[in-house]
Amino acid sequence: MSVAPPLLAVEGLTKSYGGIHAVRGVSFSLRAGEILALIGPNGAGKSTCFDMLNGQNKPDSGHVRLNGEDVTGNKPREIWRLGVGRTFQITATFATMTVRENVQVALISHQKQLFNLWGSAPHFDRDEAGRLLELVGMGGYADRPCGELAYGDLKRLELAVALANQPKLLLMDEPTAGMAPRERVDLMRLTANIAREKSIGVLFTEHDMDVVFEHADRIIVLNRGTLIAEGSPAEVRGNPQVQAVYLGEGLVYDARHREGTAT
Amino acid sequence: MAFYVVQFLTGLASAASLFLVASGLSIIFGVTRIVNFAHGAFYMIGAYIAFTLTDRFAGAFGFWGGIVAAALTVALIGVLVEMVLLRRIYHAPELFQLLATFGLTLMVEDLVVLIWGPDDLLGRRAPGFKGAVDFFGQNIPSYDLFLIVLGPVVLGILWLLFQRTRWGVLVRAATQDRDMVSALGVNQKWLFTSVFAVGVFLAALGGALQIPRDAVHHAMDLRIIVEVFVVVVIGGLGSIVGAFVAAVLVSELNAFGILIFPKISIILVFLVMAAVLIVRPWGLFGRPEAPARKTPGLTVNPWRPLTSNERLAALAALVVAAMLPLLAGNYALTVGSEIAIFVIFAVSLHFLMSVGGLASFGHAAYFGLGAYGVAFLAKMAGLPMIVCLLVGPLLGCLGAAVFGFFAVQLSGVYFAMLTLAFAQIVWSIAFQWVSVTGGDNGILGIWPEKWAASPSHFYWLALGVAAIVTVALRIAVFSPFGYALRATRDSALRSEAIGINAKRIQWTAFVIAGTTAGIGGALFAYLKGSVFPDNLGISLSVDALVMVLLGGVETVSGAVVGAIVYKALNIWLVSQTDLSKLVLGGFIVLIVVVFPKGIVGMLEMLAQRRRNASPPGSALLAKPIESAE
Repeated sequence: MSVAPPLLAVEGLTKSYGGIHAVRGVSFSLRAGEILALIGPNGAGKSTCFDMLNGQNKPDSGHVRLNGEDVTGNKPREIWRLGVGRTFQITATFATMTVRENVQVALISHQKQLFNLWGSAPHFDRDEAGRLLELVGMGGYADRPCGELAYGDLKRLELAVALANQPKLLLMDEPTAGMAPRERVDLMRLTANIAREKSIGVLFTEHDMDVVFEHADRIIVLNRGTLIAEGSPAEVRGNPQVQAVYLGEGLVYDARHREGTAT
Repeated sequence: MAFYVVQFLTGLASAASLFLVASGLSIIFGVTRIVNFAHGAFYMIGAYIAFTLTDRFAGAFGFWGGIVAAALTVALIGVLVEMVLLRRIYHAPELFQLLATFGLTLMVEDLVVLIWGPDDLLGRRAPGFKGAVDFFGQNIPSYDLFLIVLGPVVLGILWLLFQRTRWGVLVRAATQDRDMVSALGVNQKWLFTSVFAVGVFLAALGGALQIPRDAVHHAMDLRIIVEVFVVVVIGGLGSIVGAFVAAVLVSELNAFGILIFPKISIILVFLVMAAVLIVRPWGLFGRPEAPARKTPGLTVNPWRPLTSNERLAALAALVVAAMLPLLAGNYALTVGSEIAIFVIFAVSLHFLMSVGGLASFGHAAYFGLGAYGVAFLAKMAGLPMIVCLLVGPLLGCLGAAVFGFFAVQLSGVYFAMLTLAFAQIVWSIAFQWVSVTGGDNGILGIWPEKWAASPSHFYWLALGVAAIVTVALRIAVFSPFGYALRATRDSALRSEAIGINAKRIQWTAFVIAGTTAGIGGALFAYLKGSVFPDNLGISLSVDALVMVLLGGVETVSGAVVGAIVYKALNIWLVSQTDLSKLVLGGFIVLIVVVFPKGIVGMLEMLAQRRRNASPPGSALLAKPIESAE
């Protein structure tokens, strides 16, 4: 009897730019309902890795599989059609449309009504749009122009939009970047609750370790393009290699500095 | 064989001027991000001033000194334009910049006629290069050889300027990231001004150097600007090497195209451009353009459909318009029909430009194709009027489907340049393919059948079609497709991330807009009883842009209001003055600088202000959210 394939399986993902190996042989997998954090210092290859998962970048070699289906090199819109929602590091929304209309566009696309020239878009599935907005706590903002929203609200709107196609997997690139500490906690708690309730797998990159350790079920650590650690938050926190990557150079600098002042 | 070599050398010589103008455009775009539509105008002024100076001062010094002095003079004019006009619109959306510089072009066209007269002027031969060199029995003008050498020399000088001088380093830095350069304490204002001066100098030099080869005339600006746009689209905006290579390529294609397709040589250039765009949409030497920056201060109010009261008001306005034949004479009715037809034209462009964010600078091509479609069907196939009206616009649809496919691969200024080039190509075909289109003489005698022949009947027909088209496009704006189209305009990244195939949506919008414009053109052919190449000319394309802009590019109803006001003004103006281009150009510049929101946009703003100023009690009753109408 064969075991069901994991929701997301990444095998030997590799990408180089000229002589620089941005990502080398990265493999990991993600189960439905699991919240997986992808961390690493600046330049570790997180974004390159992320972009290869969502179709914005093509890997040199390696495979990305969704529920066993090979989606390597597919376009972002094709990957979205397979049930992958995503949010961006810098929010991307439709600035001249209202909050509700932003969600409605995603619903229109999900229900394959993009080329419907006759129907009434303002009335398009208002109920579902309203539900999604309530879910992320934006119910009261439905008629506000999106361009007027505060940054934290834009992030929540993006989440609602990302949920519009009833995704099985959410890809979130630095979901809390640029937010106030209080908002970060709220947003990730919200995301985690929704994900667990709907059994959605979540992969996110993040620099804020508090957010990572509080919400991730599992963490994978990239450094210089390779995977150096993988495990539960406790395991990763205790991993000496990870500590070296995050703290090592600081200690070395510190020691040298003291040496310098001693002599 | 010798003949082909000579043809090749002639092509190279033509490339010199083209390269000068294109490199100037590229340099200016690189730093200021403005596509200077007026570049052709500066080229033309350069030629005119050089003509006057070389005519006046004798001798070799008089000639060469005159050429350089002309270019310097025009550069000074350019500095003035930059300081007075462009500095005010650097932060405006690129569409406004294109339009403002186009307005300048229109003004210049009338001004040169005013100063130098409407006739072609033949310039002096260049001293020292008057003869021809014999090449295996074929003559090559020695001036051509001079130009062939000049092109690479200018390329070399520009290279040295950019690599070896402090100014050049600043220009290259600003081309990559002008915000960073300004953060480093560089005086951006003067950098921009100096770059503009250099770019204009190159354009004017290109024009001045043409006078021994070509007659100076007042339409040379549009001809060169279209070629230059083709050159920078092929070579890549911002790349000087690209400008050189593409200028040579285009000139050679022109030189040899004449031998292969003598009637429609421009087809060859079009094919090459299409091929380049498929393989490298950003040009041979260009780099993929970063997404256009969001323009601050230009907030768009959310759009909403008409309320039932507003619908009644619109219906009442239509009924009043339909009663015009009871009061007005035949002339007024003909004017009314023309206005109704231009409402169709304007709303079709509005759909593409305001809803889709795709500012076409060649929308008249599809209007004109619709008109020619009717002409072919009526004159050659002899079909009844109703069939012609239904089938004729399909030619516009076909043209939009072909050109739109390529155009939507690009966005922003590239889109504008490409649509303009396409329209110019269609115009050239209509103009040159005399056996089919009648060329400059057009196709005459397309008269409506009896049921629509009287001015009042035709007026009702035009008004009815305009009403139907306007309502249909409004429904489309608020349809799921309309939302998807606006989504692709607002954020390409997000649309792709929610499964929208932006190119296909935009292509569909392009075809819808083109077909609708074709409907307007079909009626126009019957109104005028004839079709001419002017029905798909650039000035008609610009008319459409101005109508949308005048009404308010960010509104839903702006196009209708803009078309009515603009067309009425235009018809009146043409009857009042010979300098309609001058007035029109000044008018465009004025709208862009002081009135960027248009009529409907202004009304909305006033309404909003009044609501905000009202006492708190009534503010609660007022709608909390502003919406655009």
